[in-house]
Amino acid sequence: MPVKLEAQRICLEYYQPRTGRRLLALDDIDLAIMDGEFVSIVGPSGCGKTTFLNVVDGLLPATSGRILLDGKVVTEPGQDRAMVFQDASLLPWRTVLGNVLYGLECQGIGTRPARQRAQHFIEMVGLQGFEHHYPYELSGGMQQRANLARALVMDPQVLLMDEPFAALDAQTREVMQEELLQIWRQAKKTVLFITHQINEAIYLSDRVIVFTTRPGRVKQSVTIDIERPRKLAVKRDPRFLQLEDFVWNLIEDEVRKTMLADRSSRGSAEVGPPDSGV
Amino acid sequence: MPLFLRFYLERERAILGTITVVFFLCFWEGLTRGWWADLLGPVLGSAAARWRISPIFLSSPTAIARTAIRLFSAGEIWNDLRVSGLEFLLGFVLAIAVGIPAGLAAGWYRRFCFAIEPFLSALNATPRVALLPLIIIWVGIGIWSKVLIVFLGAVVPLCLNALAGVRTTDAKLLRVARSFKAAEGRLFLTIILPSAVPFILTGLRLGVGRAMVGVVVGELYAATAGVGFMITVAGASFQTDKVFVGVVIIALAGVLMIEALARLERRFETWRPKVGAAT
Ligand SMILES: Nc1ncnc2c1ncn2[C@@H]1O[C@H](COP(=O)(O)OP(=O)(O)OP(=O)(O)O)[C@@H](O)[C@H]1O
Ligand SMILES: [Mg+2]
Repeated sequence: MPVKLEAQRICLEYYQPRTGRRLLALDDIDLAIMDGEFVSIVGPSGCGKTTFLNVVDGLLPATSGRILLDGKVVTEPGQDRAMVFQDASLLPWRTVLGNVLYGLECQGIGTRPARQRAQHFIEMVGLQGFEHHYPYELSGGMQQRANLARALVMDPQVLLMDEPFAALDAQTREVMQEELLQIWRQAKKTVLFITHQINEAIYLSDRVIVFTTRPGRVKQSVTIDIERPRKLAVKRDPRFLQLEDFVWNLIEDEVRKTMLADRSSRGSAEVGPPDSGV
Repeated sequence: MPLFLRFYLERERAILGTITVVFFLCFWEGLTRGWWADLLGPVLGSAAARWRISPIFLSSPTAIARTAIRLFSAGEIWNDLRVSGLEFLLGFVLAIAVGIPAGLAAGWYRRFCFAIEPFLSALNATPRVALLPLIIIWVGIGIWSKVLIVFLGAVVPLCLNALAGVRTTDAKLLRVARSFKAAEGRLFLTIILPSAVPFILTGLRLGVGRAMVGVVVGELYAATAGVGFMITVAGASFQTDKVFVGVVIIALAGVLMIEALARLERRFETWRPKVGAAT
């Protein structure tokens, strides 16, 4: 299988104009994802997962390094990728249908075929009957599913998904996981998936990438050698549990480091930054 | 629920509003007709005379209504209305045509904002009526001096609010549009403009007020016709009834326009959750 997506030595520094400080969010990330591969990224909160996904989508320019998609350098968003944002970010003045249609409109796809496709995905995420509701009339999980439909309807080669199921209940989550796996399998997509749920990552993925605490680096890439199709029962399989334990420990290490780092930085902060107020 | 109670609750806003207005008008009418003085006479004695006020001084609702009917049927007032309306309309439309696009552009293009900011701030800080003497020197006392003062009054809030509307656009939504490769024009129409609409409407509401002030003060200062001019002339000759007719016309025009804007606002805001106490 050829390499679909490649991150080469990606570094990203946020500049905070308010304090004049720079914050290194991503440090030298090297990653190659095969065509049709399902890769999850896990790591402690604030380690740079969303940032990395934004770089891959072309929304944030890397400070150094480059992203290659099919061997071509990524400099801006493209129709070959679609993002499911962590915060649903629906346009509040558009209904569910209008939101799902948004990307298609941007591509200049005619209304009739676009509507049909949109309807299909709205039903797939279980929002039929809510097509004409505004985002404020939806629950958090429903908003998140609309967000999901908005990306899926674009039928991209690469799906970038930032905790797409985080706001869902366990049952809906499992249904969504099945749907996603089906789309992935049938349409042969490449998926980069961020989650905090280790068993979700293992269940879905060919490979789980564990990020270090900030600045984000690839701590370890764990190949999930469980054959597909996977039944739900696989989550109680000894091999599955073993992998889950393994990934868990990797992250726990990192989380502990974050806590320690936080505590020491809080100690030094007692001197008080210049803008700490009166 | 008893029927009359339901009837009341369904029309509470209109009923309560009407009652207070009717009470106010009766009180006023009573002052000039001496109702209250007669009523309070037995209690207050000679001090009750204070509750009798000369109609020349205060006028009265019925006198105002009579004068209004006379003015409208005689037709002399129509010209004033036409002149004031024209001044308002020309000035306000001009302010919309200039202020909103300029504000939107200044919100989006930083350099443009830097360029027009000094003028905006200066204009915002100066009471526009201070410019009246100059304006009259430049364009005379005809309607164009009022058009200009209306324009100057309304253009600032329109521009500043449109600017603020663009500035407060949610960065997350812009990110979504970028991710979908929305072209700049579409980005503007689908993200920036909708999020600026509430601000633009606020600007319009403030602008209406400023424009009304512009018309009236402009005409008070120097004019040959118009409702403000009519008020000035009537006031100078102690025709309080006529002054009040002018004031009522201005107030009504203002209320009507604000109501029209509120309608517009409701049309645009179906997507927003309703907040605030229900009644
Ligand atoms: N726009 C920004 N400006 C400055 N710093 C930022 C910005 N966005 C994120 N950061 C910082 O970059 C780091 C990584 O943030 P990011 O959102 O990528 O984390 P994450 O791994 O997605 O976390 P979570 O799992 O909680 O979503 C954080 O420490 C955050 O403070
Ligand atoms: Mg994140």
